Amino acid sequence: MSSDFADGRVARAGKDNPDDIPPGQLPAPILANEPIPDPGLPAHEPRPTDVDSKLEKRAERQVAAMFGAATVLTLGFCVAYFAIDPHALIFGYGALHVTLGLTLGLAFLLIGLGAIQWAKKLMADNEIVEYRHSTSSSKEDQEEALTAFFVGADESGFGRRKMIRNSMIAAMGVLGLPAIVVLRDLGPLPGDLPEVTVWRKGIRVVNDVAGTPIKPADVEIGQLVNAEPAVFFEQRLPSGKVIPPKFEGAALEDAKAKAPVILVRMPPADIHPLPSRRNWGVNGILCYSKICTHVGCPISLWEQQTHQLQCPCHQSTFDLAHNGRVVFGPAARSLPQLPIGVDSEGYLIAMSGFHEPVGPSFWERG
Amino acid sequence: MSTATRRPAPDSPMAKLGGPAKWFDDRIGLAGLAKKQIRKVFPDHWSFMLGEIALWSFVILLITGVFLSLWFKPSMSEIDYNGTYAQLRGIKMSEAYASTLDISFDVRGGLLLRQMHHWAANIFLAGMTIHMLRIFFTGAFRKPREINWLIGLGMLMLGIIEGFAGYSLPDDLLSGTGLRIADGLIRSIPVVGTYLEFFIFGGQFPGDDFIPRLYIVHVLLIPGLLLALISAHMLILVYQKHTHWAGPGRTNRNVVGYPMLPIYAAKSGGFFFIVFGITALMGALMQINPIWMYGPYDPSQVTAGSQPDWYMGWLEGALRIMPNWETHVAGFTISWNVFIPGLAVMGFLFTLLALYPFVERWITGDQREHHVLDRPRNQPTRLGFGVAGITGYGLLWAAGGNDILATHLHLSLEAITWFMRFAIFIGPVVAFIIARRWAIALQRHDRESVMHGYETGVIVRSPEGAYSEIHSPISSERAYILTAHERRPKHSLVSREDVSGVRARKQGKERLRSRLSDFWFGDEIPKPTVSELEAAHEHTHEESPVVGDGHHVGIETGGQTGGDPFELDESTT
Ligand code: HEM
Ligand code: FES
Repeated sequence: MSSDFADGRVARAGKDNPDDIPPGQLPAPILANEPIPDPGLPAHEPRPTDVDSKLEKRAERQVAAMFGAATVLTLGFCVAYFAIDPHALIFGYGALHVTLGLTLGLAFLLIGLGAIQWAKKLMADNEIVEYRHSTSSSKEDQEEALTAFFVGADESGFGRRKMIRNSMIAAMGVLGLPAIVVLRDLGPLPGDLPEVTVWRKGIRVVNDVAGTPIKPADVEIGQLVNAEPAVFFEQRLPSGKVIPPKFEGAALEDAKAKAPVILVRMPPADIHPLPSRRNWGVNGILCYSKICTHVGCPISLWEQQTHQLQCPCHQSTFDLAHNGRVVFGPAARSLPQLPIGVDSEGYLIAMSGFHEPVGPSFWERG
Repeated sequence: MSTATRRPAPDSPMAKLGGPAKWFDDRIGLAGLAKKQIRKVFPDHWSFMLGEIALWSFVILLITGVFLSLWFKPSMSEIDYNGTYAQLRGIKMSEAYASTLDISFDVRGGLLLRQMHHWAANIFLAGMTIHMLRIFFTGAFRKPREINWLIGLGMLMLGIIEGFAGYSLPDDLLSGTGLRIADGLIRSIPVVGTYLEFFIFGGQFPGDDFIPRLYIVHVLLIPGLLLALISAHMLILVYQKHTHWAGPGRTNRNVVGYPMLPIYAAKSGGFFFIVFGITALMGALMQINPIWMYGPYDPSQVTAGSQPDWYMGWLEGALRIMPNWETHVAGFTISWNVFIPGLAVMGFLFTLLALYPFVERWITGDQREHHVLDRPRNQPTRLGFGVAGITGYGLLWAAGGNDILATHLHLSLEAITWFMRFAIFIGPVVAFIIARRWAIALQRHDRESVMHGYETGVIVRSPEGAYSEIHSPISSERAYILTAHERRPKHSLVSREDVSGVRARKQGKERLRSRLSDFWFGDEIPKPTVSELEAAHEHTHEESPVVGDGHHVGIETGGQTGGDPFELDESTT
């Protein structure tokens, strides 16, 4: 008789399994009547280290060497910690940092490799079989649990004493409220804060780093200047009086999250203002909010030929020659524009606050 | 005398293991708890290590995180920096940022800890994600393991939030920008958005409450939840026992593998050290999150080309390719452009994943317990869904780098964005079709190998002058593996036995299910039947002179499957 498979076995006749099972019936037990019978667990084959004591000894030495090296490396870590100057560099890396990392990493790696080598080469490698039991509990266990439960439930009278039961459920139910109520003081209510910035008529538009006021002549055509309201900085009035910054700490950060603006200058002929915005600029200088109307990143990439401003976060692009309208990207709203003019000394100032909220949209914004 | 009284009582066998063993047994019945677990069987396969990667990197996060928390100051109070890093001296920054600089430059080993913590976070999330895919494609989520599937999803979601919280803590310019985006997302929630924003940030963004709050979420709340979920995950795993791959002697009623003590303990324990070692080497040699290069957070500044950690990339991509839709009704605004990609997409994906096992079970009508893994190809429809999901995720992820793609491919940003807007819908469908077809082709190939053996590549010329390739028979073990998967029932319409007058709605539902089920199993390649096999083998013998080399001598242990009387069929729903 010739064999059907490489190992000399023959396909054994079993029942051909119909692929269709009669309606309403669930699948037959698994793995029964397979075309190829289960050959059973293969015999355990000894490893080289099981039969050759030289190889066994060698594996033993290998594992011990790895553990030994790990010990040395760990001690090396401790020595390096004290011995190496924390500011010394090798190849641009911190010498101490790299040494600590390498000694620690290699020590762990060697312990791990040693343990695995030990398991693979030297520990008994017989596969063993454990039987599964149905995951659900036995019928008897279920009955017993059910009986116990009903006895307990019955003794409590939970089902019978409806008044007690319902009042208890209500009492437990409202317990969740205090947990929610005390969260109220997590923060103030929004009020109109999301809609306002610190900009008011007459506030100077100043350089964002030094706080120096800006004259129209300081802004060249094609240039973009990052600016802030003067109230963030120390201000020197014409009278010589010095006013300290109006905000500091968290209040400054909060104000800074909304107030930054950019000044851009383009040839006046390129600008297409809305009728209501004809006089919002000064000699082709326009002022826009720097805060993206998508989700609020400060916008920074200026393409002077096309007058487009692009947000680095998700690439919303705004056309500043056309009132800040969105030309591309996920932002839905135009960039808010700040009307500007010049004061008696010729510096750029805001002519009012923003006419709409700056930054990302929100429910109450309308 | 005194020595005699100190000797352990002779009637306690646990005393042989030493005093402490007896001490614990006397108090908590240690032997009773441990006797079954010590030699518990764990099947061996590389794909079973993916979950361990996640587990061990979580342990590394706990260890490195505790060390970091000894020096990190979760405070947004402003200070003037005058530490070691010269470029930032004299600059105003939050204490959180300054203390992270100190950890990086002044605490010996601090930078190593920070970088290990951050790498471990990335490995943790990658491990969980790939582990989940393994579970999905092999059907390990099927009854009785649905609870662990759900726990796993919960951990993945918490892990993503935890990672985001973590890299937001140092309060550098990059993470501050991330937080600002998160603030924008919160705001976009209809009706309650601004209120949530003000409660979460303690007022306006950024305020000075947020980092301390985030800190406690990061070091206590979420790690605590994760720890609880991991414990539940493990306990359920131990109770249900591990799944294994089909193979000779490996059935739905047993589990074959190595005992916990010694092999599994050594391998898995050793694996912890390997994961730790690799993380430490990465922390030593691969820079991650060099916060000193970004500078402290300033709400009016932004870093150009900033990229989040990899596991946030798909959400970033969704934000980027979403069209700019916004609705205004009755004086209120709904920012679909932010709300959908920022929050709804994640909710949608996780809901789909959570429902999947139940939907598949409903469609296939499969109520059985499953302990043998599916070879992915034997579930073409499931494989199709999985590949479609990966494709969608991958496309979103790529869209998260659309500016980088644009520069590298010399394409316009607009073109890429528009491509992605369509690809995100079409790509997964195409991927589904291809993957499903491919799986069916592989099934056909399996059937061929069982019936006619494998192609040896040796061409022979018959006496009549015809050329043919020699097929060599595969081993019976291989043949068994290729045919051991379950057959699927085909559903008919409502069962005819149901005489009690089925209501129309139920009937409609059944019809839908029957259609879906037909699609599900459609085009499946049937296993060869015994008679087909015999016929095919006769044919092969005539044709091919090659006889198997017989190197695999199996032993007949058919009893393995029959020993246990319980039935894993519909009776145990
Ligand atoms: C699943 C768990 C965790 C994940 C995914 C995770 C992730 C992160 C990430 C990505 C960072 C930023 C690191 C950087 O500066 O580049 C971070 C920072 C931090 N984490 Fe964790 N972490 C986890 C658990 C923990 C635990 C359990 C603790 C403490 C008990 C902890 C304490 C810290 C501290 C103090 C920081 C700030 C210090 C710094 O940024 O250098 N983390 N975490
Ligand atoms: S924040 Fe500007 S495009 Fe998203």
